[in-house]
Amino acid sequence: MPQGSGQGFNTVKLKKKIFSRATFRGIAAVVVFAVLWELCSRFQVPIIGNVPPPSSVLKELGQQLANKAYWLSWKDSFIRILTGFIVAQILGIPLGLLLGVNQTARELIYPVFEIMRPVPPLAWVPIAVIFWPTNELSMIFVTFLGAFFTVVLNIIGGARSIDARYLRAAYSLGSTRGDIFWKIMVPATLPSIVVGMTVGMGITWAVVVAAEMIASRSGLGFLTWQSYVAGDYPMIIIGMMSIGVAGYLSSALIRLIGSRMTPWLRSF
Amino acid sequence: MTAVQPALASLASQMVVDGVSKGFGLGILHQQVLHDCSFGLERGKLSVMIGPSGCGKTTLINLLAGYESPDSGQILLDGKPISGQGPDRLVVFQETALFPWMTTFENVSYGPRVQRKLSRQVYEEETMKLLELVGLKDFKDKYPSQLSGGMQRRAELVRAMINQPKIMLMDEPFRGLDAMTRALMQEYYVRLFEQHRGTNLFVTTELEEALFLADRLLILTNRPAHVKKVIEVGLPRPREFSMLTSREYQVCKQEALELLHEEAIKSFAAGVVNAADFLEAYSRMGNDQAVPAPKGKDTPEPGNRELSS
Repeated sequence: MPQGSGQGFNTVKLKKKIFSRATFRGIAAVVVFAVLWELCSRFQVPIIGNVPPPSSVLKELGQQLANKAYWLSWKDSFIRILTGFIVAQILGIPLGLLLGVNQTARELIYPVFEIMRPVPPLAWVPIAVIFWPTNELSMIFVTFLGAFFTVVLNIIGGARSIDARYLRAAYSLGSTRGDIFWKIMVPATLPSIVVGMTVGMGITWAVVVAAEMIASRSGLGFLTWQSYVAGDYPMIIIGMMSIGVAGYLSSALIRLIGSRMTPWLRSF
Repeated sequence: MTAVQPALASLASQMVVDGVSKGFGLGILHQQVLHDCSFGLERGKLSVMIGPSGCGKTTLINLLAGYESPDSGQILLDGKPISGQGPDRLVVFQETALFPWMTTFENVSYGPRVQRKLSRQVYEEETMKLLELVGLKDFKDKYPSQLSGGMQRRAELVRAMINQPKIMLMDEPFRGLDAMTRALMQEYYVRLFEQHRGTNLFVTTELEEALFLADRLLILTNRPAHVKKVIEVGLPRPREFSMLTSREYQVCKQEALELLHEEAIKSFAAGVVNAADFLEAYSRMGNDQAVPAPKGKDTPEPGNRELSS
């Protein structure tokens, strides 16, 4: 059973976690990977040898970290991601709940939704560029699509699979329809909303990078593509890794928000 | 109209089930679960309903709670037919139905919170009082997933009780708990009942549990089920586990066993699917600890006697 003492920050446990065998192995794995990569590059192993070695990537990275243009790429990508993602939540969560809870709405709206959904967001790029006044808006729109469908689908699934026991119990205890919606259906659907957000965030990064390569003059995707065009190979690697780190940070942020939203699912 | 009181319901009955039938499925798939089922729940009494698993007890509970309506017959509460579900008849289910996203405190205070009849201060005080009564005060801010099975049952018990329902419907609430926890829960429950004296219907398959709790024991037949007999259990209150060796207990137990055995044999002969279940449950009852098997009836060997009948 969980004890009541776990409220404060447990430094001993944290230290144990940081200096554990698993951490050590993880670091070792990364170091071995980097050394192998360096060796492959030095000895010109076919194919892999064409990749710039870690040493030159690190040197380039050192310069880039002090470069304002590099950080502007981060900023531009993040603005696109967050705008598209947040708009997707603002529109997607209510729509998902509506479709999940209301059968009439579901029967009216869902067929159209099902026709649009299988179209990959990137296939929208040309038409988006045509009908949105600026490229910036069209990229945000495509990013939005990436998260939107995932969020809506997850919420519909979540809302429709609410255990009938909870609804029965809630009605028995004297709930109004409003109580049922706000106190039962919404919280019962929250875990699905969080899943939708997590998956959606992953998709938005995939989408924004590709969209930037096609239709933009800025951002991490553009940075990577531009380096390829300019033949600056270490910079390609930096672009790739930056996208990886940015994606990881956004996922971590969503996980943090998600666990705040669903405290009952945390394992203690 | 309702000129004649049903035979098995007395005038003291707060809730009356009168000739209720219920079936499920269409055509050849139709299964009659309840047939012409009549009984009464006496005000302030703890009635325990016992019958084999699958005989229709849960269906009966669903009807009483108003989740479903009978095909024929009527259900009266305080003389008026019930309509739908409501906080005057609350069910404690077999599986926990605590809301996982609410803490114990929020779960227990949910009823008064949505009914909006009491002020916040009043119902919060009442919630704390009840939580303390069932030993959950220190767990008020925990979520259901952080509670043990027994704690969840207790939380669910007080979540229903706080609404002071006219009828408490307990649908095998302690099923699946280990023997120790179960005994503890029976004690908690019987104490709560003895303090509040609401009208309770408790459904179980365990005869010993039934006799320990009951003022009145309703024995159900197999499908299609109706109440076969009502046994008045004359054990004094407050109930103690030591009473399980008293003479009164033995007499009640023997009578109940004989009735249940009759049902078992009948349904076994009729090839009812769950008859094997019934016989197994019955043989367990006959063998339980410390209590000698009833006189004149050896432990039943499933179906070695009156099978041909």
